[in-house]
Amino acid sequence: MTPNEIVWIIFCLPLGVFLINGIFFTLVPNRFYKTSGILNSAAIGVSFLLTLFLVFRGLDVQLDHQSGSFQWMSFGVFEITMGVMLDQLTLVMISVVTGISFFIQIYSLAYMDHDEGYARYFTYMALFTASMLGLVFSKNLVQLFIFWELVGVTSYLLIGFWFTKQSAIKAAKKAFLMTRIGDFGLILAILFVARHGSQYLDITQLYLGIQSGVFSNEMLTIIGLLMVAGAIGKSAQFPLHNWLPDAMEGPTPVSALLHSATMVTAGVFLIGRMFPLISAVELVSTTVAFVGAFTLIFAATMALVSNDIKRVLAYSSISQLGYMFLALGVGAYSAAFFHLFTHAWFKALLFLGAGSVSHAVNSFDMTKMGGLRYRMRGTFWTMVIASVSLVGIFPFSGFWSKDEILLGVLTSNSLLFIVGLVGVVLTAFYMTRMMIMTFFGDYKGGGSGEKEKSPQESPPMMVIPMISFAIPSILIGFILSSPFDLGFIEKHAFMSFLDHNKLVFPVYYAHEVKFNFLLAIGSTLLGLFGVFFAVINHQKFKINLQSLRVILEKKYYLDYLYENLIVENLFYSKFIKILDIVERRGVDKVNHYLSYSLRWISNRFAITQNGQLQLQSLTFVTGLFLVIVGYMIWVLVGR
Amino acid sequence: MTLSNILILSALVFLIGLFGTLTKKSAVIVIMSLELMFNSVALSFVAFSRFAPGGFLGVESASRVLSGHIMAIFIIAIGAAEAALALSLVIALYREKSSIELTNSVDVREF
Repeated sequence: MTPNEIVWIIFCLPLGVFLINGIFFTLVPNRFYKTSGILNSAAIGVSFLLTLFLVFRGLDVQLDHQSGSFQWMSFGVFEITMGVMLDQLTLVMISVVTGISFFIQIYSLAYMDHDEGYARYFTYMALFTASMLGLVFSKNLVQLFIFWELVGVTSYLLIGFWFTKQSAIKAAKKAFLMTRIGDFGLILAILFVARHGSQYLDITQLYLGIQSGVFSNEMLTIIGLLMVAGAIGKSAQFPLHNWLPDAMEGPTPVSALLHSATMVTAGVFLIGRMFPLISAVELVSTTVAFVGAFTLIFAATMALVSNDIKRVLAYSSISQLGYMFLALGVGAYSAAFFHLFTHAWFKALLFLGAGSVSHAVNSFDMTKMGGLRYRMRGTFWTMVIASVSLVGIFPFSGFWSKDEILLGVLTSNSLLFIVGLVGVVLTAFYMTRMMIMTFFGDYKGGGSGEKEKSPQESPPMMVIPMISFAIPSILIGFILSSPFDLGFIEKHAFMSFLDHNKLVFPVYYAHEVKFNFLLAIGSTLLGLFGVFFAVINHQKFKINLQSLRVILEKKYYLDYLYENLIVENLFYSKFIKILDIVERRGVDKVNHYLSYSLRWISNRFAITQNGQLQLQSLTFVTGLFLVIVGYMIWVLVGR
Repeated sequence: MTLSNILILSALVFLIGLFGTLTKKSAVIVIMSLELMFNSVALSFVAFSRFAPGGFLGVESASRVLSGHIMAIFIIAIGAAEAALALSLVIALYREKSSIELTNSVDVREF
């Protein structure tokens, strides 16, 4: 089998499971519905194994880019192809998606066990996994866009999974509509590309077109900025970030899979996929860098005060995605994806931990938690590992990837570098605060039920996936980016693997991956300082900057701005009012008079239809007469 | 006597029939007027046949010359059949409405 065929199989397995689950267990509910979860885990597990096979094979086999395209639609000269684009980036993304998805399916088996929508949940999950896989291997921009939207739809469905909850419905709508704003930019970008010829919709052709100067500089700027708009929407970057914290209304495994590890990284992936385009224009890449830098601080500050454990993690995700944007903006392509890769594991783990905690105490409110350290040992220790990794302490995986990003930023822009360092401190602070509030101190009672009086550790089906995530959270950074040869794997393996992408970097620029000890020690110290400060703050100072706190808790009033000012006041009150007037005074009036005049005319004619036989005969004779006279006139005049 | 004289007569008879058909209330008179129109047409057939080149005096082909006459006979036959049918309709109308005035039969429009 060629690698392309394997990719198709990896994609079709979850897709097939989606169809089976959807038809046999969701549309027709029956008592075998529990099969859906097992089927899901099995299929995605096989996909994961195939991916591993592909990874170990793909490392030394020259990847084939040209074959595997087929024509999907054709309108004369304009044709749209579909195919597999299997380069290093795709391989990385596929392993993230299948790997994380597989363990989360297993976790979900236990987490969703007593839920009414069990089969529906796994149907959506299978569809999501399939569409995310489709997204990352798409060779054509139109194909990519289809999966991009499918991912958005499944996100909508899963956020609004508990559709009887008013807040979940609202969050689902918000997520869908806000990402749509960005998606609109992506559509426009694709149309601008298509204007130069349909062959440029093929991404490999697009790369060649950019190199050979088919696109003018202005055109590249426009396309690039529009693409970035799409990525901003999907990856919840400022100013389209509001939907992600609200998206936490969905089930926790959904947050772990979609809203931290895979779906929100689609924006980062898009920028990575379009890297030759983004990096071709200075303005676009600077925009990406500054959006990322701003978002990473901006989201981290909101995480400082949030009391909802999942929201803290959501803000953290936004912040970490900001790091990836920053890295891509300054040209540290491989560092961005290395961070995406490591972040996916430990952030998914944090979400699973949050889910496990809420499973025990029946609440996401951290002020109701505390003291869970001894009651839930498995959850506690795995979450400690993930937090330390996220903070970036040596030798956990987050340390290696965050360092690579900081190193990349340092070489290009010192202002952004300082922003990155501040982000490290903030990250350490809010993660420590979260861990203290959840696991230390005294237990504060949890939710309202009886079971929550003495919270218990979650079932092993939930703890085992968490341990499976904890292992890569510790090791993967060091193994894949060790500063020296380990024997079985060369130094900086992950990043040089990505840097050898011949499509993106036709000329391999000797991106010297150096390990900067000073920076490593510095960032670790900063992280430790953040942790230390959070502990001290919790025990001694209890700093309470009231006004700042209010601003942060109100999320900088951006929700207020969007929902009340823009949507309510501007959109509904003004814009809709104008449309209303146009409709009432214009369209309705025209319709009214049109129908009125027709009625008037037909009333006049209705007199003839009185059933009077002879009148009708007269009409007939008159008509005949007129036809004959008309013909005669025509003949005479024609002569 | 020329062809046009006869055709004018035929047209006059036709118009009288048409007038009667469109204006008279009684169904029987309407049927009579219809018969008038039939006969005016038959008359014009005979006239064309009579004044056709080679007709009546200079015999060329019996079938060609006589075709107008034959048509007139057909018309008379059909007119008779139609009269029988129409009169039966008039009887049916009378049974339904106790009247043979056409103005009363306005049911058609009710749907």
